[in-house]
Amino acid sequence: MKKSKGRIFFEIYNYSILVSMAALCLFPMIHVLAVSFSSGSAAAAGWVSLWPVDFTLSSYTFVLEKADFISSLMVSFQRLFWGLIASLTITIITAYPLSKGKRDLRIRGIYIWVFIFTMLFNGGLIPTYMIIKETGLLDSIGALVIPCAVNVYFIILLMNFFKNIPKSLEEAAFIDGAGHWTTLFKIYLPLSLPALATITLFISVFHWNSWFDGLIYMNRPENYPLSSFLQTVVIQRDLTFITDTREIEMLSKVDGKTVKSAQIFLGALPILAVYPFLQRYFVKGITLGSVKG
Amino acid sequence: MNLNLKLRREIPLHIMILPALVLIIIFNYGPMVGIIIAFEKYIPTKGFFGSKWVGLDNFRYILSMPDIQQILKNTIVIAMTKIVVGLFIPVIVALSLNELGSDRTKRAIQTSIYLPHFLSWVILGGILVDILSPSSGFVNKILGSLGVEPIFFLGDNDWFQFTVIITNTWKEFGYATIIYLAAITSVDPNLYEAAIVDGANRWRQTWHITLPGMKTIIILMTVLSLGAVLNAGFDQLFNLYNPIVYETGDIIDTFVYRLGLIDAQFGPATAVGLFKSLVSLVFISVSYFLADKLAGYSIF
Repeated sequence: MKKSKGRIFFEIYNYSILVSMAALCLFPMIHVLAVSFSSGSAAAAGWVSLWPVDFTLSSYTFVLEKADFISSLMVSFQRLFWGLIASLTITIITAYPLSKGKRDLRIRGIYIWVFIFTMLFNGGLIPTYMIIKETGLLDSIGALVIPCAVNVYFIILLMNFFKNIPKSLEEAAFIDGAGHWTTLFKIYLPLSLPALATITLFISVFHWNSWFDGLIYMNRPENYPLSSFLQTVVIQRDLTFITDTREIEMLSKVDGKTVKSAQIFLGALPILAVYPFLQRYFVKGITLGSVKG
Repeated sequence: MNLNLKLRREIPLHIMILPALVLIIIFNYGPMVGIIIAFEKYIPTKGFFGSKWVGLDNFRYILSMPDIQQILKNTIVIAMTKIVVGLFIPVIVALSLNELGSDRTKRAIQTSIYLPHFLSWVILGGILVDILSPSSGFVNKILGSLGVEPIFFLGDNDWFQFTVIITNTWKEFGYATIIYLAAITSVDPNLYEAAIVDGANRWRQTWHITLPGMKTIIILMTVLSLGAVLNAGFDQLFNLYNPIVYETGDIIDTFVYRLGLIDAQFGPATAVGLFKSLVSLVFISVSYFLADKLAGYSIF
């Protein structure tokens, strides 16, 4: 079919708009990368756009030798590790019983409401802080992992996936004498790998990106996970983080801007690394969660 | 099956739920009990139940604060604008993407536009503070070469809310676009063929087939976004604002944070938080109810 003149005009227009939008979403990240590899003076003068000026690795060598950066990176890895274990376990063992019908779990309705209500109403910042203080979790990795281990969205997501697993499989297992635990681990989990991969990614991104809880539940900066640490150095520009004069000298050489950019980029790097997988799964995740239960 | 055996079969299911139940009772229902702080002159060492009861004093104190009206106004204006913009742009982008002939281009564009969604506001805030800086920022360099005076996007009350809306749209539009695109791909292709036979052009196909096909999901997204009327976006504001723009950028959540955790005025801060939670409860409930009635969507 021959395209009309109007159609061709529209397609060119449409194409240009969409491509510029895509560029607009990528440029800031590329700019940061370019600044991080540039010399301090070029960056400070604003000469860097999308390509490094006076290419240098000095801001990266500086950042990777900074004790506070490295220690917060370690806290982040710890958080990721424990967070994944806690959240995945809780999500799996909670989604399974809730995916059962009323016939198998008679008070399912009550349980569901207890969980759903937390999505409708919350105690707010101050009472939550006080509870976490009372439980003695302040300044421990537990404060960043335990209170958020129950995520009702993830539970619903997996619950809906479990619901679509054919009942006949479970009945056959029961006849063979399997209990609920065996059924969950031997039948449900192997069949749910795509859903579990999606949830694993979501949980990882959540933990990597979370910064506010670290900021308020950790009193000592050396306990900050990376995102909280970045919040304080990149956004708050708190000078108390610079501990000795040697560091100040070094900082004036590499210039704050390139060091900042290097830290921002390193902070975003894990997300960029898992991004190809993220985007494959997250459309699936969205549709998964919206299946009517 | 007799009742006894049935009950015994249920036991493992209850055991599985138990850990999550204990956790949300402590960390979600515990704070709800803690809301009584709002009616107390709360002293942490005396606990929730040992502090002095002051009735509605904290609420009176809050209402007497000069900034409270402005904060409420900022919250609603920012949140509502975000909701409205966040509904229109993704629909338009999804429709435009659907018009692209090449699948490869389509996928490349999609991949780019939802990248910012996965980066935190700390990362994006750091980037924005840098590129929006009036002296050395990239954006102002470009504006400067066009002869525009430098604009202090994050430090000027005339520009701050605008900047917040634009940057939020930038972060989130790609994500919402995907949801609409999924709806478009699920439209029955036979309908288009029938329309072409009837002589409908692309505009008419979009208007009469694609948009009606997206109707349910559009209604759903609109209705669900209602729950966010008081969510102006703490993560974003906290990472972008500064004392110069409190006038236009201070929202309920940032105010609660400063009042409660910085100034240690626990009672009044909890009172403000309670107000927000209660209003949100109403809106979220209504939005779930409407989602069920209008779009046949139930969350559980």
